[in-house]
Amino acid sequence: MKKAAYSFPEEVLEHVFSFIVSDKDRSSISLVCKSWYEIERWCRRKVFVGNCYAVSPPILIKRFPELRSVTLKGKPHFADFNLVPEGWGGFACPWIRAMAGAYPWLEEIRLKRMVVSDESLEIIAKSFRNFKVLVLSSCEGFTTEGLAAIAANCRNLRELDLRESEVEDLSGRWLSDFPDSYTSLESLNISCLGNEVNLLALERLVSRCPNLKTLRLNRAVPLDRLPNLLRGAPQLAELGTGAYTSEMRPDVFSNLAEAFAGCKQLKTLSGFWDVLPSYLPAVYPICSQLISLNLSYATVQSPDLIKLVSLCEKLQKLWVLDYIEDDGLEVLAASCKDLRELRVFPSDPFGLEPNVALTEQGLVSVSEGCPKLQSVLYFCRQMSNAALNTIARNRPNLTRFRLCIIEPRSPDYLTLQPLDDGFGAIVEHCKDLRRLSLSGLLTDRVFEYIGTYGKKLEMLSVAFAGDSDLGLHHVLSGCDNLRKLEIRDCPFGDKALLANAAKLETMRSLWMSSCSVSFGACKVLGQKMPRLNVEVMDESGPPDSRPESSPVEKLYVYRTVAGPRLDMPGFVWTMDDDSALRIS
Amino acid sequence: MARESLGFEITELRLGLPGEPKSLVSTNKNEKKRMFSEIDGNGDNEKKSNTGGNLKTTESKAQVVGWPPVCSYRKKNSMNEATKMYVKVSMDGAPFLRKIDLGMHKGYSELALALEKLFGCYGMGEALKDPENCEHVPIYEDKEGDWMLVGDVPWEMFMESCKRLRIMKRSDAWQIERTYIEIDEIKEKNV
Repeated sequence: MKKAAYSFPEEVLEHVFSFIVSDKDRSSISLVCKSWYEIERWCRRKVFVGNCYAVSPPILIKRFPELRSVTLKGKPHFADFNLVPEGWGGFACPWIRAMAGAYPWLEEIRLKRMVVSDESLEIIAKSFRNFKVLVLSSCEGFTTEGLAAIAANCRNLRELDLRESEVEDLSGRWLSDFPDSYTSLESLNISCLGNEVNLLALERLVSRCPNLKTLRLNRAVPLDRLPNLLRGAPQLAELGTGAYTSEMRPDVFSNLAEAFAGCKQLKTLSGFWDVLPSYLPAVYPICSQLISLNLSYATVQSPDLIKLVSLCEKLQKLWVLDYIEDDGLEVLAASCKDLRELRVFPSDPFGLEPNVALTEQGLVSVSEGCPKLQSVLYFCRQMSNAALNTIARNRPNLTRFRLCIIEPRSPDYLTLQPLDDGFGAIVEHCKDLRRLSLSGLLTDRVFEYIGTYGKKLEMLSVAFAGDSDLGLHHVLSGCDNLRKLEIRDCPFGDKALLANAAKLETMRSLWMSSCSVSFGACKVLGQKMPRLNVEVMDESGPPDSRPESSPVEKLYVYRTVAGPRLDMPGFVWTMDDDSALRIS
Repeated sequence: MARESLGFEITELRLGLPGEPKSLVSTNKNEKKRMFSEIDGNGDNEKKSNTGGNLKTTESKAQVVGWPPVCSYRKKNSMNEATKMYVKVSMDGAPFLRKIDLGMHKGYSELALALEKLFGCYGMGEALKDPENCEHVPIYEDKEGDWMLVGDVPWEMFMESCKRLRIMKRSDAWQIERTYIEIDEIKEKNV
């Protein structure tokens, strides 16, 4: 290949590229010309695969032979709400096996919503000499035996994070499998484990790892053991407590308070299961240094929450239960001027009546008082267009807005009108909005607003909304940056889907369940768009045993270069070219 | 204290000394059918519809899969240790004891239905409404070791104090009743 006289030698380009870390930029570089593509692929060290079925292990390995870090995501987001049946897919094993062979120097594996077996963990433990980071986020399929293999073999492990995974907890013994000579732990998150770990082993591990910055314990670690752990790691920056309750004894309290005060670098607190309110003051001394506080499991009432929160003047992130109530949010708005992210979770999501005095007013207060607020997740039982309008005007800098009004199809409680205008104001004023979740009574009009104004929108979640295909059409045709669209229980059907088929190739994925998309339309889509996998899920039997016009239970469409997947369970059918042959 | 008509003396089953104050006893204790109307309206919804109606409303709330969108990890881990209240349930004549999580139920009518399902002893709901005509009577052992009739106290109080449940045959209740009357009579004689 001719090299232009002015081009840099490969080594120089490689060196320059090494400063480009963002995936998007790397991708752009690789498109400049063939030689840049080649150089880039050989020096790419980190890859993010947002949908593990969009590509296959051989394709990845062929293109990027020298990876050190791989991130994979499996199941669709709605799996978090039990909408994806057991056995659907997202199996990590084929990836791990392939990478074990191809990347002996792999250092980091991050998996989200994937099924990971003990066998996979054993392969990881034995295959990568320099393995440093294992993050299993909302994963399942493994037991503490797999963890034992990691502990015993990964001499250079820095991070073991099992956040929100479902682990079959056979025994707490695995922690003792970290050898005494092992001291490189920097981050440990075992908050999802059900049983007690060997506390002595934990204490010894914590105190011999001088770089331990993050420690998130599980519920089973009793409060009276926390002071010892803290004293063993005064350099801790992030702590997740275990159960935050104990017999109320002054000596336990003062021990705890002293231990907390000794952690001068502590910036993040979480855990707080089973909180005994009289123990909360033990953290008061460090509140002024906290930037992140997760109290979303703390079932304490508003007054206790208010006391705590009002001391956290540097707080940037707060996750809390709706026990905080409107009053508490008003205090938050007054005290925490640096707040960037607020998540308010429901304490009684299935109750028929409100159990707390939390309304739209709480969110309005925070939107007024916290100028840096960017990210909101809010569960409540009533909302109005006026409130949404106010929030939108107060906070045009919102980038993530997820509102869940608990009762489906709830109208504006003041006017009984749909909440179209309110959400419309949100998308109109918040020009950098990237993520939006809708709820309440909504017509096609809200989708018109979203299509018109939601130009930066990347992810949209819709439930029990809309009147017709026009709604879906507005979104698919208007939202230029849409990557993920997930819809449930909406009257959207074939027309909008087929009319916007090409759009689907520009997105990561589309989920539609309990909508009105017919089996026939799915087949057409599958046949028309070879670079999409169109998967129909139906637990009541093969979709072709019903008329073509019958709506499918669940539809999951995603772009891929790997063709239809081969690991589908019995209730998933793919609508590709030979779908007719495959089903029968 | 004057005794009620025989059919309701089951409520007087106590292992404590006669005359000891019982803070768990609700105030309108002397009404003939009090516990059953209380069960119907007290711990449960304000609606006075029949058991089935109540259950349908509460059940249908939980039946929309995945809504509200609280992730399953959060749902599982939000349960307070205190709300996992498994108690043993025995039924006279049944070979095996069962366990039931009181924390899973919102009130007596839901409990009644759960017990019916567990043991196939239909009519538990009715037993709570009309004890005279029912074959089975649910009783529970409280923290102090006393056996009490289910339904006297507010549901939350019941959840806190119930250690185990027993579904007794009405005919057996008479036997125990008689024994206690005898014991009390002996005690009174000896005072």
